[in-house]
Amino acid sequence: MSTDRAVSAEPLLTIDGLRVRLGGATVLNGVDTETDRGRFVGVVGPNGAGKTTLLRTVAGAIPPDAGHVAVDGQRIHGLSSKATSRLVASVPQDTTVAFEFDVRTLVEMGRNPHRSRFGRWTDADAAAVERALDRTDTHQFADRGVTTLSGGERQRVLLARALAQDAPLLLLDEPTGSLDINHQVRTLDLVSDLAAEGRTALAAIHDLDLAARYCDELLLISDGRVVAAGPPATVLTESAIRDAFDATAVVSENPVTGTVSVTALGDDEAPSGDRSDSVAPRPAGSGSDGSEP
Amino acid sequence: MTLRTRTLAWSTGLTGLLAVVLVISAGTGPVSIPPATVAKVLLSADPIPLGFEAPRTSRVIVLNVRLPRIVLAAFVGVALATAGTVMQGFFRNPMADPSIIGVSSGAAVGAVATIVLPFALPFGLELQAAAFLAAVLAAFGVYLIATQGGHTPTATLLLAGVAVQTFLGAIISLLLLHSGQSLRRVVYWLMGHLGGTTWDEVQVIAVALPPLFLVLLFYARDLNVLLLGEEQARGLGVEVERTKRILLAVSSVATAAAVAVTGVIGFVGLIVPHGMRLLVGPDHRILLPSSALAGASFLVATDTLARSGPAEIPVGIVTAALGAPFFLYLLRSREVTEL
Repeated sequence: MSTDRAVSAEPLLTIDGLRVRLGGATVLNGVDTETDRGRFVGVVGPNGAGKTTLLRTVAGAIPPDAGHVAVDGQRIHGLSSKATSRLVASVPQDTTVAFEFDVRTLVEMGRNPHRSRFGRWTDADAAAVERALDRTDTHQFADRGVTTLSGGERQRVLLARALAQDAPLLLLDEPTGSLDINHQVRTLDLVSDLAAEGRTALAAIHDLDLAARYCDELLLISDGRVVAAGPPATVLTESAIRDAFDATAVVSENPVTGTVSVTALGDDEAPSGDRSDSVAPRPAGSGSDGSEP
Repeated sequence: MTLRTRTLAWSTGLTGLLAVVLVISAGTGPVSIPPATVAKVLLSADPIPLGFEAPRTSRVIVLNVRLPRIVLAAFVGVALATAGTVMQGFFRNPMADPSIIGVSSGAAVGAVATIVLPFALPFGLELQAAAFLAAVLAAFGVYLIATQGGHTPTATLLLAGVAVQTFLGAIISLLLLHSGQSLRRVVYWLMGHLGGTTWDEVQVIAVALPPLFLVLLFYARDLNVLLLGEEQARGLGVEVERTKRILLAVSSVATAAAVAVTGVIGFVGLIVPHGMRLLVGPDHRILLPSSALAGASFLVATDTLARSGPAEIPVGIVTAALGAPFFLYLLRSREVTEL
């Protein structure tokens, strides 16, 4: 899936020296990265590494303690919610919608960033909503209540809402987390296509194989730092996985997709040769407590 | 059906219902007046003289005695139901009602203090003005307590509201203990009442309420987005803290304007929005006008019951006595699992 895409001179997303403390703990400790337009970037890393915090900070929901995030040349954390929401659209990890809105109403909320309080619903708004419904294949249940949908369908609806926002940067937190294999592939195919059309996507993805298969670039995060970045094959090496995840894994080529495939091994399955260093305990306080702040 | 058509249909239907309730209410009382006569009286009244002839006694009873009270009930119903709708959406909490941040307790302290304290309050404040000021002060105080560094977490606001209500409740109890001769008046006020209304009292709320309602209506879309949670709302371009301030201020003032005149009328702001949400859905663009109109009908109807018995009882008793069983019925039959 990694194809050469048009790369403009200015990076769309610049993260510079980003430090974030949450509840007294340093969650992001100096994250730097640049992403060009039209790229699909996967953020991978162990639980608690700071993936969700990174996405929330890029979305403007968390103020950084140091460093900055710029999208399309504008620093996110000095902007109003409205201005931010025209640059960044998020698809949340939790797709539960507690209220019986119908799908169309929910997708129309994606136009909120472009409407003034007294402004009327314009043809451009209607067109953007139709495009988003078409693109995500959610037209068929546009008039149904969102609480009657399955998890996979809700995910597509929230993706449609993000598309209706018409923002250049799309953030997805675990877009495949609660989906079956069919919907996982469909969702990532769609995001990949959107990137090919010029949008930039930053997605936290747990499944390393899927991340390797669909993303143009990966950002491997561990303990609040970027430990590796670049094309999936260069990021997902056995040593990088051992350092970041504290897990022994075999990296091979998937015979079907031709992309990198990671197979994690349990203690009993580890090749006896390098067992001693592969299960070496990590330094204390490395923060792999399983939570995702 | 588009939202616009549905909103129009529900608004028209509920306005019709309000008109019917109004005519029946104006005809009910010690002197019973047939609906046709009431209609004639209303249609021949000053703003719209259509040339209908109605008996003079009926005119006086309807226009001077019953109508002020009915119109006040309608306005107060609108205020409480609207504020309740906004508070439930704002807090994303089904138990939120218009007085959740201390407005009613504040009004009660102001009113009871005016009645009980042996000295006049400064500036010669009337009871209603004192109640209104105390209500707004209480809400503002709760907001200040819950705000830190420009942020007002709704959970903190809710808890601060409960704490301040308890504190003000203690003050009311203390005042009650020392109320002596005026105990009856105090209790009557606390139970919520619409008796003895004159057109003067109607004027204040009739002027104040429509602009407040319009402001809330213009925030209906933001309220919808806020239902998704604050972080998503921010991501969809809602200036969350500013919107919260405006919604709180406007709905608190609307509630204060209502309870300052009538005393604490419970349950209207809780069950009317819930009932309408079950009927029209959670979209505030249709929910706000529907709740407002239904709240008006509900309070006019319950107040008619309150005054049509052998002895008049405070309307607050009727709204709670009728509202609670109806609410429980809805709860059992329609599965109110969410807002």
